[in-house]
Amino acid sequence: MRIPGWRPSIRLIALTLLAALASTAGSGSAQQPPEPPDTSHYIAPLSADTARSTDPTLEAMTRKVAGELRCPVCQGLSINDSPAELAVQMKDVIRDKLAAGETPEEVKAYFIERYGEWVLLAPDPRGINLAVYILPALALLGGAGMIVFAVRRWLPRSKGPVIVASEPFPDESELEQDIHTRV
Amino acid sequence: MNWSRSLLAVAAGVPLLALLAFGLTRDPREIPSPLPGRAAPPFALPMMRDGATTADTVRLTDHRGEVVVVNFWASWCLECRYEHRALSNVASAFAGQGVRFFGILYNDVPSRGDEWIRAMGGQSYPALVDRGTRTAIDYGVYGIPETFIIDATGTVAYKHIGPITERLLVEKIEQARSASRPVEPVPGSGGDGEGG
Repeated sequence: MRIPGWRPSIRLIALTLLAALASTAGSGSAQQPPEPPDTSHYIAPLSADTARSTDPTLEAMTRKVAGELRCPVCQGLSINDSPAELAVQMKDVIRDKLAAGETPEEVKAYFIERYGEWVLLAPDPRGINLAVYILPALALLGGAGMIVFAVRRWLPRSKGPVIVASEPFPDESELEQDIHTRV
Repeated sequence: MNWSRSLLAVAAGVPLLALLAFGLTRDPREIPSPLPGRAAPPFALPMMRDGATTADTVRLTDHRGEVVVVNFWASWCLECRYEHRALSNVASAFAGQGVRFFGILYNDVPSRGDEWIRAMGGQSYPALVDRGTRTAIDYGVYGIPETFIIDATGTVAYKHIGPITERLLVEKIEQARSASRPVEPVPGSGGDGEGG
């Protein structure tokens, strides 16, 4: 229903590919490549890349915090793992805030204030959130209990009297004799 | 014997089904915003004119005492087309009545934004440019169009995700105005000569 924020990035990739195709086709090509968009107004990743290479500690911290925050325009991806434009821009915000001296907790609090607790990939284990941590363990225990219960019910049936052949098995000589008589 | 087992199965199954049914009523892509009721994040953004960013800056803090409608949009956003006329009409209707409209361009370039506005038949309120999408992230934007109504005290009164209608816009603006009234009385609307 809603249009996620990564559509321009697709357009940019498409435009870049078109521009590359046009350049390989040579200047004699009749078809003009579309005018490359002026990205200086909203694209920050290039400057972020330079920041990334200069300070490995800051970059590692940025990746760690970004790995704990959920990308708002993706399905179950962290900001760190997502190539979506908004996720890249959010990662830039994280980097800038950490570089400005904010702690990872303060940076996470900033995003929680904007996007709610939803933005945390692993919600804080308190209040209603505890259900996320407790319910799977309860379900596991319940399942194990049901298996034990079922096995116990099933076991007594197999403990019934062992059926033993009423007559002893005939020995080999008797069998041979039987064969001879039949033949 | 058997009926007690059936009862147990129903007792376990009904809450589970109820939970799943509740899940179906919710949009998994909708992120509940904590912003309504909180102070609106301040912004200072350059205005867009003739497809370029100008030196004129709009500061939210300069509009304290007014109701401010902030709409995040882009030229690539199809749904923004459905609400553009409503926003423009309501902005015109409230012109000079202490209600300001600003359109913030989201992940787009001013030239394309300007083309889009012209194709849509113009816009009665200013468009602003958000470099690096910082203001959008400040407002917890994740999919556009998104519209915020900020009351006269600078508090986010309402957030709307998706195309907004003229009727809803007017209703929410009026609510924000009446909520702000005790702080900032709107001239002309009070009962001065009503006799008390």
